[in-house]
Amino acid sequence: MHAHAFDQYLYRDSFLHRLDPRVKVVGVLALILSNALLPDGSWAAFALVWLALLVANDLSRLGLWFTLRRSFVALPFALVAVSAIFSPNGTPLAEWDLGVVTLVPTNLGVIRFVSILVRSWLSVQMAILLVATTQFPDLIHAFEHLRVPRVLTTTIAFLYRYMFVLTDEVFRLIRAREARSAGLPGKKRGGSVLWRARVTGSMAGQLFLRSYERSERIYNAMIARGYTGHIRTLNPHILTNRDWLVLWAVFVLILVIQMVGWLR
Amino acid sequence: MLNSPAPLHIPDGFLNLVISLVFWAATILMVSLAISRTNKALGEKQIPLMGVMAAFIFAAQMLNFPVAGGTSGHFLGGALAAIVLGPWAGILVMTAVVSVQAVLFQDGGLLVMGANIFNMGILTAMVGFGLYRLVANGNRGLRLATAGAAAWLATMAAALLTALQLWLSGTSRLEIVFPAMMGVHALIGIGEALITVAAIGFIEQTRPDLLSIEKTADSGGRGWVIAGLVVTLLAVLISPLASGDPDGLERVADNIGFLDRGLDAPYQLLPDYTIPFLGETAISTIVAGVVGALVVFGLLILVGRNLRRGRDA
Repeated sequence: MHAHAFDQYLYRDSFLHRLDPRVKVVGVLALILSNALLPDGSWAAFALVWLALLVANDLSRLGLWFTLRRSFVALPFALVAVSAIFSPNGTPLAEWDLGVVTLVPTNLGVIRFVSILVRSWLSVQMAILLVATTQFPDLIHAFEHLRVPRVLTTTIAFLYRYMFVLTDEVFRLIRAREARSAGLPGKKRGGSVLWRARVTGSMAGQLFLRSYERSERIYNAMIARGYTGHIRTLNPHILTNRDWLVLWAVFVLILVIQMVGWLR
Repeated sequence: MLNSPAPLHIPDGFLNLVISLVFWAATILMVSLAISRTNKALGEKQIPLMGVMAAFIFAAQMLNFPVAGGTSGHFLGGALAAIVLGPWAGILVMTAVVSVQAVLFQDGGLLVMGANIFNMGILTAMVGFGLYRLVANGNRGLRLATAGAAAWLATMAAALLTALQLWLSGTSRLEIVFPAMMGVHALIGIGEALITVAAIGFIEQTRPDLLSIEKTADSGGRGWVIAGLVVTLLAVLISPLASGDPDGLERVADNIGFLDRGLDAPYQLLPDYTIPFLGETAISTIVAGVVGALVVFGLLILVGRNLRRGRDA
C-alpha cells in the first residue's frame, strides 16, 4: 500500500502550509472550543465563523470543494440529535400524529438541532483544514511541544508508521480468506455466521501474533541502533513573528465571534 | 474502507463544553496513570510494543465478516487489547487509536476526544480486563466465555455512556437515544464478542505464554476486578432506570403535553424532566436486565465449549 493512502495531507505551498504547526494546532483547538461556547441560535456568529473558514480555505489554496466534500463525515451522527427537535421547552410548531405517538416539534428544539449541526459542521471543517495543511509528523511534533507526554506522541508516531504495514497484512489475510472461499454460483459460500465469526476471530488472533512478533523485531533493531528510550528528531520548529501575529489574530477573531454570539 | 463500524465516535459539537472537559480530565488522569504503569513494566520496550499494538487494533478494525442482508460483523478491539496486553497497556493502545482516528480522519471530534477515549478505551479496558481477571484461574471454556461476555458488556457500557453523555449535553432525548444506542450495540457487541473469543482461543493455542495466568496477574490485580464489576453492575442497573418506562416514546409525548412553557433557559446541564428513579417498573426491568445478562453469559459459555470441541476434534 502506498504510504500516503490514509494521509489527508495535500502538498501545496500556501500560507497555511508554511505556518508553524503549533500555531495551527492551538488556533484550531481554540476555535473549536469557541464554537462549543457559542449559544444556540447565534446565527450571526456562526456566519462569521464560516466566513473566517472561507478565508482560511482561500489561504490554504486547497479549493473549496476539498473541505466541503470531506466535511460530511460527521453527518450520520446527526441522527442522534434529531430527538432534540421534540424538546419539551419552547412553543410547539406542529403536531405530527404517527398513530402510536404524537411528535411535537418546538421552536427551541429546532433551533437547538440546527445549532448542533452547524457547530459540528464548522468544527469538522477546521479539523480538516488542520490535517490537510500539516504533515502528520509535524502535527505530532506540535503536540509534543504542547506538553503532551512524549510516550503518547511517540506511540502515536509508531501507530502512524505501522498502520500502513499492518493494513497490508490485513489485506493479505483477507485475500487468503477470499482465495479459500470458492463456491458454486448461486450457492451460499462459507459456513454459518458463527463459523464465519470464528474465522474472522482467528484472523484477528493471527494478525495479533504477527504484529507482536514484528514489534519484538523492531525493538531489537532499535536497540541495535542505539535506542535508549528517546526518539530524536531533526526538526527544530521556531516560532517566527508571523506565527505569533497569526496566533494573536486568531484570538482576536475568537473574541469578536464570542461578542457577536452573546451580545445580541 | 475506513468507516467506523459503530456510532461511538462522537463528533465535535454534539457534547457541551462541561461534559467534554469533565471527560478530558478523567481521561488525562487515567492515561497518565497508564503511562507510568506501563513504563514501569516495560521500560524502553514500551514505545515500540504499544505503537505496533495500536497499529494492530487499527488494522484489525478493518476485519469483518458478512452476517446477513448486507450487514457485517465488525470489531472495535478495546476488550481484546485489555485482555491480551493488560489494562494499562490496553488503555494506552486505544488512546493512540482513537486520537489518530480523530486527528487524521475526523472520525470523532477533537474537543470531545477525551470522552471518546474514555468510552472506547478506558471503559472497555475496565470491563474487559476486570471480568477476565476474575476467572483467569478458571478452565479454558470459562475463560473464553467470560472474555466474550466481557467484550459484549464493554461494547454495551461504551454505548450506554455515550448515550448518557449525549443526554447530559442536551443533544438527545434519553428515551430515544438510549434504546437506539443500546439496541444497535447489543448486535454489534455480539460480533465483537465472537471475534474476541475466537481471537483469544487462537492466541491461547499458538502462543499460550502471552496469556498465561502469571502474566495476567502481573498486569493488574483486585482493583481492576472491582472496577470491572462496578462498571458492569452500573451498566446493568442504569440501563433500565435510564430507559424509564417501556413506553418511552409515549412518555415523550406526555412530557411535551404537560411539561412545557414556563421553563426559561432553553437548555441546562440536566434537562428539566426527571427519570422515575424508583417504582415497580424500574425494579422489574433491572431484574430483566440481570436475567438478560445471564442468558448472554450462558450462550457464550455454550459457544466457548463448542469452539473448544471444534478444536479438539
